[in-house]
Amino acid sequence: MELWIDALIVLLILTNLKLIGSSRLSACIRIVALQGILLGILPGLVGAGQLTIRAILLSAITIVFKGIVFPWLLLRSMRSSSVRREMEPFIGYSTSMLVSVGLLALAMWMGSQLPLPIPLKSQLVVPLSLFTIMVGLLAIVSRRKALSQVLGYLVMENGIYAFGLALALKEPLLVELGTLLDVFMAVFVMGIAIFHINREFDHIDTDLLSTLKG
Amino acid sequence: MQTISILHPLTALILSPLLPGIINRTKAFFAGRKGQPLLQTYYDLARLFQKTPVYSQTTSWIFRAGPLAGLASAITALLVLPIGGGAAMFNFTGDLIFLIYLLGVMRFFTVLAALDTGSAFEGMGASREVQFSVLAEPALLLSLLAMGEIGEIALPAGIQETLPHLSLSGIYTSLSFSAWMHSGTVLLLAASALLIVLLTENSRIPVDDPTTHLELTMIHEVMVLDHSGPDLAMILYGAAIKLWIFSALLAGVLIPVRSGNFLLDGAATLGGIFLLAIVIGVIESSMARLRLLRIPQLLSGAGVLAILALVLVLRG
Repeated sequence: MELWIDALIVLLILTNLKLIGSSRLSACIRIVALQGILLGILPGLVGAGQLTIRAILLSAITIVFKGIVFPWLLLRSMRSSSVRREMEPFIGYSTSMLVSVGLLALAMWMGSQLPLPIPLKSQLVVPLSLFTIMVGLLAIVSRRKALSQVLGYLVMENGIYAFGLALALKEPLLVELGTLLDVFMAVFVMGIAIFHINREFDHIDTDLLSTLKG
Repeated sequence: MQTISILHPLTALILSPLLPGIINRTKAFFAGRKGQPLLQTYYDLARLFQKTPVYSQTTSWIFRAGPLAGLASAITALLVLPIGGGAAMFNFTGDLIFLIYLLGVMRFFTVLAALDTGSAFEGMGASREVQFSVLAEPALLLSLLAMGEIGEIALPAGIQETLPHLSLSGIYTSLSFSAWMHSGTVLLLAASALLIVLLTENSRIPVDDPTTHLELTMIHEVMVLDHSGPDLAMILYGAAIKLWIFSALLAGVLIPVRSGNFLLDGAATLGGIFLLAIVIGVIESSMARLRLLRIPQLLSGAGVLAILALVLVLRG
């Protein structure tokens, strides 16, 4: 059993690395979709206690939203803005892979320092969630295209979700659903914003927007 | 030193030219051809050893010494390579670094001989070879280290490691099915890093194309263009032995039959080595060569996999 949890977590770590090291936006979107689906499966394996209706419902909703709805929205806005690749990121792909390995080591160290109120089934869940949050942040600050930044935001949210799943056992269903709805709205609005940025400037590079600041 | 362990280098010396033959037959099968005989490399070697070498006037003794030194270090590397559950002829702490450096010496002499010809084309190949090996070496070392740490953890209680810790023999004798049950994910990560390193170091397809000559993208073949006769034979033989070494390292992880029976374990690993040759053939038939600029990315990916494996192991 523990072997399967570990395998799943390692797969999640690999999806993060693949996301940060690949330039094709469609591949990145698919990777984030895969990450969402894997995250949906994770509570069934890691969650302490029995499989309740609530847990199954939450997994199903997570998989539907993160694995199907978000990628579909993002793929649509990618097509409408006719961007295929992330060109010239601020940090190169190989470098960001190496940086994220450093972040992984940092997350492992931080995970070992944090005192946990309850023993977890796997020691790797907390490092995984910290690592996912950091990779999301790295993607947001090191990429130019608005779409990659949205992906970074989604990955960061995935990390927070993984953290909540490890610790908040009795988190009310309503809170989880509310978070998902928020993320959904965010992706929806960002999709529209990307469309408008693209129509106004003919591209979705965001670093030019920062010159607007007074 | 067990007397029976001398069988390992001997088998490798005899059987390693079979591996290129198996790969070529697999590729021929996928292309719908009959393909060259399985023993083609032996025929090539026999023919080349009878020929008189031709030396360019610009070359010095380095050019003549290159193939000899390369083959010698490949054969020396066989002495610390364990096959099956048994220990290698020589084992000492840290002999995995010894193995990696022997392969480094082999590469160094190939590169020197290539530079000695004074041809710009060969210099280009040498530069590429060195560039990619810089990225491939850490991946190899780190994945071997990760495997070594697992073997120590997964060892059944009460059984002491008789072989030196962090020697190749120690690592490979303690890898077993129970190690796979215990931390299969880490072993899988290390094995995939090893596979990428194998393909790179032996100039196989996603990295280099062994069948092309005189093409601007090739790496290893371009360095040996000026060698002829027995020198070329030594290079071919050395390459076959190198392929054998990497296949044995990978097969030792993927087929962890450690029953204690010398014949059974050895046969399982030998089977694994030949199976890997078929797998390489399948990879070569189904994949295209990567663009040269993408190769460092693939190799740093392998390095990242190895580091990930090591981090997971060290965390326990």
